[in-house]
Amino acid sequence: MATRAIRRFRRVEGLFCVYKPPGIHWKLVRDRIETCILEGVNDIPSLALPHEANVFSEPGSGSRGPTELTRSAVSLPALAAHPLVRGPEFRRIKVGVGHRLDASSSGVLVIGVGHGNKRLNDLYQMCGTRDYTLDGEFGFATDNFCRTGRIVERSTYDHITRDKLEKVLAMLQGANQKALLIHSNVDMRSQEAYEMAVTGELGPRGKSPPILTGLRVTSFQPPHFTLELQCLNETQRYLRKVVHEVGLELRSTAACVALRRTRDGPFTVDQALTRGQWTASEVALTVQRYSNLLRD
Amino acid sequence: MASSCVQLCRRSTSHLRSKTWCVTLLYSTHVQNRVAGTRTSIETNAGGYPTIHGNHSIFHARQRRQQVGGCYYSGYNASPLLPTEHRDTKELMSMDALSQIKDAQPMTETNARLDIDVAVYPSALEEISDEDATHTMVPSPLPSESLSLRDYVDASETLSKLVQLGVKLWKLEQRPNVGTMLLKLDFQTDVVPRLLFLKEIGVEDSGLAYILSDNPFILKEDLENLQARVNYLKSKKFSPETVASMVTRAPYLLNFSVKRMDNRLAFYQQQLGLNSSKTRGIVARLPRLLCGSLEPVKETLRVCKIELGFKDNEIQHMVMLVPKVLTTNKRKLTQIFDYLHNTMKVPHHLIVKFPQVFNSRLLRIKERHLFLEYLGKAQYDSDQANYVSLDRLASLPDEAFCTEFASATLDDFLMFQKTM
Repeated sequence: MATRAIRRFRRVEGLFCVYKPPGIHWKLVRDRIETCILEGVNDIPSLALPHEANVFSEPGSGSRGPTELTRSAVSLPALAAHPLVRGPEFRRIKVGVGHRLDASSSGVLVIGVGHGNKRLNDLYQMCGTRDYTLDGEFGFATDNFCRTGRIVERSTYDHITRDKLEKVLAMLQGANQKALLIHSNVDMRSQEAYEMAVTGELGPRGKSPPILTGLRVTSFQPPHFTLELQCLNETQRYLRKVVHEVGLELRSTAACVALRRTRDGPFTVDQALTRGQWTASEVALTVQRYSNLLRD
Repeated sequence: MASSCVQLCRRSTSHLRSKTWCVTLLYSTHVQNRVAGTRTSIETNAGGYPTIHGNHSIFHARQRRQQVGGCYYSGYNASPLLPTEHRDTKELMSMDALSQIKDAQPMTETNARLDIDVAVYPSALEEISDEDATHTMVPSPLPSESLSLRDYVDASETLSKLVQLGVKLWKLEQRPNVGTMLLKLDFQTDVVPRLLFLKEIGVEDSGLAYILSDNPFILKEDLENLQARVNYLKSKKFSPETVASMVTRAPYLLNFSVKRMDNRLAFYQQQLGLNSSKTRGIVARLPRLLCGSLEPVKETLRVCKIELGFKDNEIQHMVMLVPKVLTTNKRKLTQIFDYLHNTMKVPHHLIVKFPQVFNSRLLRIKERHLFLEYLGKAQYDSDQANYVSLDRLASLPDEAFCTEFASATLDDFLMFQKTM
């Protein structure tokens, strides 16, 4: 028999995405979501206690002597089932996280609850691309490619123009395109490769080095610039290093100021839940929407 | 008797087949006799003490088992140490000889005792009369050990009464040793006097459950000690209502000795340089201060003074407004101050006016400040127009913040959060 808590839990099981704020470790985000969902699932008004029949054998009174036995059946509330004794029905919930985001980056973080964790695995075997927005700044280089790191070099950036930047990015994209073909494990002179390339599913299956599939400048106001890129099998550190290398390629230096993930497979930033919305009811709504979306 | 033994043995040497087998058999009978002897002797001992209940009986049983074990051990060990002639005669014994010996002495002491021992436990198939049945002790279905208090709630008066009071047993049972402690308590003698005492000093009914859920150890405290501590607080001119609210909000307060409380009161008065009535005010608002360790508080004060650069009177003012600043984590304190002072450019004197910001989260302050800055409304100086007060910034809920300061809708704010 499914209790009300179990029914509520079934409703939040599945996949959804949240917006991870910058400066917070993903594990904290996961834990926070778990506690919020637990709160919502276990928050149930106390029901009447189940009664339990007890039979007592007592020595009967007086006249017939102490050996006479009387049996009395008494219905008592079973305190063992009291919510204060039993505690909440769910003490922990399986909450899994999709492709990670490191502490200083922000953006879409896919979360799987309950049986959603299995589908999380399937999702990442499909090798979807992810979108990122990178804010960079020219003029200095740091040891960990972030602005917060120790500055190791300063340089001028007056000579950089948007054309020069785009030229470098085009070169970078060419190199990555070549890597994509190498790691796709298909003979390039076959019909199969042609058909895959036409449908756009040419790419590595499973593990490969990070590959940028798309790269462009969205704003350029020196020393600030913004890149938008699509990639496969990346880490946030690799993306920051890309900014650093773009800077070096332009005979200057650059560091990454902010890194934001705007899409992870089918999950976009529009449906991502922000910090205030991490409640069981909101999660249930989003999970419902995504289960319809992923089934199609 | 020994000589007859030897004779019998000699007569039966022809039956001897395997030496070692005989020896082991003999040892086992030897041990059996010893066991029977000790068991009966202990039982007579136990009969000597008429007052044996509960735990004692368990103890005795354990002792008995140990002694029996010891005897077995000693019996087994002692025989190889016997003189050689003895061992020779024993080795000569055969099984027939043994049976003869047994038959020859049916009325000896040890055998009689063995019979008594057997008679204590009747066969399970034997029919018993109704009279016996009423005296038969039915073993309770309670497990002797369990991971949860659920098994005992229905049987234990203390636990069921505590549940009716509203104590969260599921939380208590997770703490080490608390479950056993609660089970051993007697409701009438242990629990009731303390509950009455708490009621007497003015704790509300709803507060009792909270106190016991948080601090079950108050049920083990001595009533005189509790009274002494309450008297101490009253002697320090805390009003009875304040004492009641302090006890409710800091359940561990009454578990600490008078000396410890006195230490803490003196510490706060001296470190903060406040007069006694103001110290009392702080402690009454945050009684947790009297329970906790003083080292983190010292550290926080040092951080405020040296690292954050607040003056003594500024710290005094902040603590008087928000005593919780004293127990705030120093890392959190420096992070928030760093953001307020270096990024939002709020001067010291404004932070001193609104120490509530230290209660809030850094992330919340950050995103609200960035939102206001994006809208061009980040103006924290009280002398100029469109001024945003820091405590309202930190403590308002999202909707109120959006309408009041940002004049935007909540959706806008959520959208903005997703661009951070």
